[in-house]
Amino acid sequence: MNHRFLVLLSGLVVPAAVTWLSTMPVAGQARSVGATTSGSSAKAYTAPRTPDGQPDLQGIWTNATYTPLERSKDVTKEFYTREEALEVAKRAAAQEAEQTEPGTVADVHYDFTQFGLDRSQAAMASNLRTSLIVDPPDGRLPPLSAEGQRRAAERAAARKSRGGPHDAVQNEPLGARCILMDRNGPPMLAGAYNNTYQIMQAPGYVMILTEMLHDVRIIPLDGRPHLPPNVHQWTGSSRGHWEGQTLVVETTNLTDKFAFQGSSENMHLTERFTRVAEDTIRYQFTVEDPATWTRPWSAEVPWKKDIGPIFEHACHEGNYGLYNTLAGARAEEKRAAEETAKKKSPK
Amino acid sequence: MRNWLRSALTVSLGLTLAVIPAGGQTRTYRAPRAADGKPNFNGIWQALNEAYWDIEAHAAAPSPVLELGAAHAVAGGLSIIDGGTIPYKPLALAKKQENYANRLKLDPEIRCYLPGVPRANYMPYPFQVIQGPKYIMMIYTFAGAVRTIYMDEHKEAPADSWMGWSNGHWEGETLVVDTTGFNDQTWFDRAGNFHSDALHVVERYTAASPDHLFYEATIEDPNVFTRPWKISMLLYRRLEKSAQIMEFRCVEFVEELMYGHLRKKPSE
Repeated sequence: MNHRFLVLLSGLVVPAAVTWLSTMPVAGQARSVGATTSGSSAKAYTAPRTPDGQPDLQGIWTNATYTPLERSKDVTKEFYTREEALEVAKRAAAQEAEQTEPGTVADVHYDFTQFGLDRSQAAMASNLRTSLIVDPPDGRLPPLSAEGQRRAAERAAARKSRGGPHDAVQNEPLGARCILMDRNGPPMLAGAYNNTYQIMQAPGYVMILTEMLHDVRIIPLDGRPHLPPNVHQWTGSSRGHWEGQTLVVETTNLTDKFAFQGSSENMHLTERFTRVAEDTIRYQFTVEDPATWTRPWSAEVPWKKDIGPIFEHACHEGNYGLYNTLAGARAEEKRAAEETAKKKSPK
Repeated sequence: MRNWLRSALTVSLGLTLAVIPAGGQTRTYRAPRAADGKPNFNGIWQALNEAYWDIEAHAAAPSPVLELGAAHAVAGGLSIIDGGTIPYKPLALAKKQENYANRLKLDPEIRCYLPGVPRANYMPYPFQVIQGPKYIMMIYTFAGAVRTIYMDEHKEAPADSWMGWSNGHWEGETLVVDTTGFNDQTWFDRAGNFHSDALHVVERYTAASPDHLFYEATIEDPNVFTRPWKISMLLYRRLEKSAQIMEFRCVEFVEELMYGHLRKKPSE
């Protein structure tokens, strides 16, 4: 895994603070291209077609962003000015490099910046939004429905009954287990690193390769039915169709185990991919899950052209961290037990 | 009946002629074309043989796991290797035998590790080809493994990896894929056949009919083998309308096996 980042460091990384500054569009443009849901200038661009007539989304893309999913409670507007956005990004980059909240003790961890893992060193999809959530208008997740509250409580109780976070491998977060990063979805959101995607189109299919966990989505466009309702998969069952310039992907058959932002397995996800400029895809999604939220909610994030290649992210194969976390927890328990025993029977 | 037999014979003879290249004989079958004029290999494919147990000839045998009985017993199969056996160097042959003896502990498949090449192509699961002029993707069921074949940006492997770095080109009807940059962690089958990080695989995919591909791979690794050797087999198109690559996120299936001994004991 480290090889991948050494390679990145040696050749491909463009210090992104600089890139970000130089490519940051002025407020008005950003709003019309990457930020609004139905800007008129977005319609001006017509994507080239693939040989079989699909609007062409192919290429290497990134959705890396410092924009949070939910709007911070002290922010009351939908868009930052360019200056504000730069300031927010600078702060986020500094915080990411420190890997800690100001005033707290940093975790023992490898240095993100040293391995090119922090977002500020990679290409970024600049964005003036103050939150990825565009609806509800306050930029925050809607309230939980009664069923959603009940399930959240049940899940918390179940988690507690399984013991501490390092008592067993199954108690560790999915990302640490290399099963699924909690932001890889679908829906597809950026995490801290490896936010690189490759889209390919063949007659009847769109394929999206996510660098993180070498995750591939193969989306059939032939109108076939979803999987039977009793079959659930971590990434569900995705079926796509074109509405004009926009690839619309419907996903169902998700699992209770993934629980995106606390969702249920009956979550219905609709994603929309629209190429709004040569170097930009507008990615929007809507989550409908009355078993969790009192109303549907939608978010939007631009995808920007990036450079390849995509490297193999063999996460599970090199997951020494998971082994060491569990082994370390057992060693600490043993030491504590020995100390207790020593105290009970002093020489 | 006789007519049926005759047409079956004709078909199988035709297939044999089309599939087995005999002394430079040109193939008769011309594949349908993709938009760029190259043979179109888009589709879902699967090997139908027993090489995933052992690429050399082997008889049926009991499952290495007692509890699985006949359900996971070894299916007998013939060798997929030209000349029948792998030309191991003497020390390497000893290691192969050690691998076999300890296969339950050592086989990377058991741990859900990326399967490598060529093993990924003949595991008992389908894989999908998404073909474009610049890239050809091979997306495997097992462990969600994926290969990108670079058709016009040929370069040396930038780092070692499980699935290797693949550069491809067309030779008439044939897709030729040259893969290097492997690590030394993958096997060829469940019988412990292995390689080092000097592995170099050259694969040739040639359509033999609308629904099957002739596949061969030349395997070179001077650390392990006395000479290059070749495997060959057919890959069949999955024709069901509903054919699709199902999720097989096997990490979850092996966690208890790999980390179960690190579970906190209730008494502590």
